[in-house]
Amino acid sequence: MWRTLLLLVIMPVAFAETDNLMPQRKQVLQELLKNDCGACHGLTLKGGLGPPLLPEALAGKSDTMLVDKILHGRTGTAMPAWEKIINVQEAHWLVQYLKKSR
Amino acid sequence: MIRSVVFLFFLLFFQPVLCLAELRGTGDLGVIIERASHSALIINTSDRSILSRIEGLGDVSHASVVFSRDQRYAYIFGRDGGLSIIDLLSGKIVKRILQAGNSIGGAISQDGKLIAVSNYTPGGVKIFSGDTLELLADIPAFYNDKQRSKVIGLVDAPGQRFICSLFDAGEMWLIDVKNPKQPKIKKFQNIGKQPYDALLTPDGRYYLAGLFGEPGLALLDLWNTEAGVKRILGDYGKHETKLPVYKMPHLEGWTIAGNRMFVPAVGQHEVLVVNTVNWQLIKRIAVAGQPVFVMARPDGRQIWVNFALPDNHQLQIIDVKNMELIKTLTPGKAVLHMEFTPRGENVWVSVRDENKIVIYDTNSFAIEKNLTANKPSGIFFTSRANQLGL
Repeated sequence: MWRTLLLLVIMPVAFAETDNLMPQRKQVLQELLKNDCGACHGLTLKGGLGPPLLPEALAGKSDTMLVDKILHGRTGTAMPAWEKIINVQEAHWLVQYLKKSR
Repeated sequence: MIRSVVFLFFLLFFQPVLCLAELRGTGDLGVIIERASHSALIINTSDRSILSRIEGLGDVSHASVVFSRDQRYAYIFGRDGGLSIIDLLSGKIVKRILQAGNSIGGAISQDGKLIAVSNYTPGGVKIFSGDTLELLADIPAFYNDKQRSKVIGLVDAPGQRFICSLFDAGEMWLIDVKNPKQPKIKKFQNIGKQPYDALLTPDGRYYLAGLFGEPGLALLDLWNTEAGVKRILGDYGKHETKLPVYKMPHLEGWTIAGNRMFVPAVGQHEVLVVNTVNWQLIKRIAVAGQPVFVMARPDGRQIWVNFALPDNHQLQIIDVKNMELIKTLTPGKAVLHMEFTPRGENVWVSVRDENKIVIYDTNSFAIEKNLTANKPSGIFFTSRANQLGL
């Protein structure tokens, strides 16, 4: 009960502020992106079995949609739901990270 | 007398040169891909050593390797469309081209003279001369008139042919390259949704593609192509919830041991055992995670299995005799690939996140040696040179 209440308080903050992840966790997410997302989208994210994830490919696609695809996958494709491994806040951070040109 | 003096002279002055030109075979060599650093290691499986590192291979994050039939040259297929020939004796890149934008693998022809590459972008197959890498044929994987499909599961087949599957189109193409500049293509359509990888049985008779978009496998009997492609294990997993698949299984390692085939179940924590006479399911073996590679020791007595995230720190071994798990090993974080020595006394295992190769004794399961490698992925020994479909 208390936990639910606490979550309700924290959640909107988490949505708004995506950059309060621990540096170690960001490192883990970057490695995950390179190695595990990279298994289908390419180590350099230029695409493979899955589409490219470079900033120009993602430009114009809404954050909400992209976060949803990361967490819940895309039916009819090989994109799995990552919600057991990545939480909402982390998915938001990944989308921001991917959209930034590096 | 003069002859002896000349001989002495020769010995004195040329001995160092003679020592340098040491004769060596390549049958116990291999290549290990270092996926993050555009490089590969040349290794020796007899003294278990690293001979040299070759750099400048481009994006090798999903690279695979085939060998020339003299086992001297390795052809490396890079993710970025790079195709490199490496001389295992000199440890140098002999030739390198960029043949496409996004590539997934390749094969060498029955006569060892042609190299075929399967590409995602632009989707299709290209045929090259194995010596010069001159382009001989470009086969776009068109379907529905305009679209191009990603091509997967490309292997060689007897009769100087290649076979591949089209991920987006759900087709199998049998490509006859007796005249490599004018390949003849036989297409099999509606084989099933999203074939994601395929293999040729070691006898070169059956080509099987795993399906991602629906249950089962698509099977082509090369002794009877008129019968077309048939579906096997179509009912498997139909009524079960598929787990999220974080890594596609690889089917090159699909395994025939006697008349039993061991295959990874997609989206399940199971290895399936299939009877290769009637293609019926014999047994489902529960394992630690979603299998990626399911590989038989060369004598067919053991099956070694590695797993997708989050279970990819483990290896499990199935005893073929009783079709039971007999051992679980934990080589380390991110076990990506394994390769048996030609007669199977050892298996080399790449552990990406711990930057190491672990060499196991396959009888005692003891670690015999660790080697350091930079984010190692695929391991390929030259004994593949003379195996169909590899």
